[in-house]
Amino acid sequence: MFDSRKQWVVVVVCAATVAWVGCGPKRAAITVAGSTAFQPFAEKLAEELMAKRPDLAITVQGGGSAVGIQSALSGAAQIGMADLVELPPEAKSLTSVVVARDGVAMVVHPSNPVQNLTTDQIRGIFNGRIRNWKEVGGRDEPITVVSREAGSGTRTSFEQIIGGIRLTPDAVVQDSNGTIRETVANDARAIGYLTHGVVNEKVKTLKVDGKECTTEAILAGEYKLVRPVFFLFKGAPQGAVKEFLDYVLSAEGQEIIKRNGLIPAK
Amino acid sequence: MKFNREKLVERLLLVVALSAMAALALIAVFIFKEGVPFLLEVGPRQFLLSSDWRPQEGRFGVYPMIVASLWVTLGAMLIGAPLGVAGAIFLNEFVPRWVMRIIKPTIELLAGIPSVVFGFIGVVVLAPLIRAHLGGPGLSVLAGAVVLGIMVLPTVISISTDAISAVPNSYREGALALGATRWQAVHMVVLKAARSGIVASLILAMGRAVGETMAVIMVAGNAVKVPHSVLDSVRTLTANIALEMGYATGKHREALFATGVVLFVVVMILNSIATAAVRRRFGTKGTRK
Repeated sequence: MFDSRKQWVVVVVCAATVAWVGCGPKRAAITVAGSTAFQPFAEKLAEELMAKRPDLAITVQGGGSAVGIQSALSGAAQIGMADLVELPPEAKSLTSVVVARDGVAMVVHPSNPVQNLTTDQIRGIFNGRIRNWKEVGGRDEPITVVSREAGSGTRTSFEQIIGGIRLTPDAVVQDSNGTIRETVANDARAIGYLTHGVVNEKVKTLKVDGKECTTEAILAGEYKLVRPVFFLFKGAPQGAVKEFLDYVLSAEGQEIIKRNGLIPAK
Repeated sequence: MKFNREKLVERLLLVVALSAMAALALIAVFIFKEGVPFLLEVGPRQFLLSSDWRPQEGRFGVYPMIVASLWVTLGAMLIGAPLGVAGAIFLNEFVPRWVMRIIKPTIELLAGIPSVVFGFIGVVVLAPLIRAHLGGPGLSVLAGAVVLGIMVLPTVISISTDAISAVPNSYREGALALGATRWQAVHMVVLKAARSGIVASLILAMGRAVGETMAVIMVAGNAVKVPHSVLDSVRTLTANIALEMGYATGKHREALFATGVVLFVVVMILNSIATAAVRRRFGTKGTRK
């Protein structure tokens, strides 16, 4: 059944596999997992660092803040990423370092005349107590509330900062920053919230308590809806983990974060 | 030697066939193993009949999602079934063969369009239209039903067409010879003869509509509430699982598996109703198979 040609193929395939697995330079491999909001930044940073240090192999995965905490705890990832205002109790055993900050922007359709909302009004809208734009100085139109899904880091932070929110059952739920933006951009009556980094000209950002959501206002500590982005480790960071952390916190790393729309840690 | 080889192939096929079925069985076992303990802990009554879904506060009620899944599926079938069956009849009975040979593969090609694409078109075209002309948030039961109705068309048309073209020509000739018009021949003879195939197409389409996730997440709005009109935003069972699975841990995750169990049972019930309805109306004797 096996003629000699087939045997040759088998031998060559085996040899190639052994060579591929066996050779190659020794690399220090680490995995970074968690927050989908910070994931693109972590990818960019990892890429830059690996370009300089070919002996490092950094893999970046998403999954969300909860996954970041879980995988740091279980050791599935050496670094967990989480963007929450308060870390949950199970993360207390982990070392946490703030590597960046992220503003949460309140967005509406560009045609919406409303410019500013107070914390109280935002709470009322998301609780379903305020149901018409007229009540907050807009047109006489019903409000479409757009929120993220339960468990999202952006939603958890938003609800923690505003406080006292029990999301109205009428709220439309979208599962990413991008789809929130699309929904709001397509609906003149919608209001939503999303990470500062992905706001573009298709939506209008509202002032919160009279303060604009800009990098300057966030750095000055004026804008309210800000959350830290944490890196979480088991114990003290060392080796490749420490190198990546140092790079992220370095002037160059922070500049990359700032250039791509997030707010530096300091 | 020859005999052995025959046996070998037979055994091999048996193993392959069983492994396919085993995979299905394992999936079912896994979902039930993860979901049922939670279901019993919360209490099936609470889980199935409560409208309060706040996983962070430990409240798990999927009643709104069950209703939503049923509404959206029913809506999709109201749109997809008549269009699909009518299309199949038209292609088989009222156009020349060569037209059908061009159109049918084209329709089957539609089945290959990814559901995200349907969802995307729904979001940027359909939802704004509904919002502007009918009111509501636009992302709604209606949007979901229309998108799913179109998505199930290839299934309905392609299987119904096969069923109708399998009806022997002598049936049509017989009907026409007795003085029936073309339409009478179709609806009194051909459709009756092809019914089991047509019904099979509808059941498959319904399964697809209940199970579709991506497009529904995009166009139905995902609000957790029992809909009062077709313009309300709803979250189906599948959407609930897909939306929250990424973040869910602990009880929340178990609750999503329990949602999977409910979905499983809903699909079973819908299929049994459909099959039973067919049996009652037409008797068990099918003309095809």
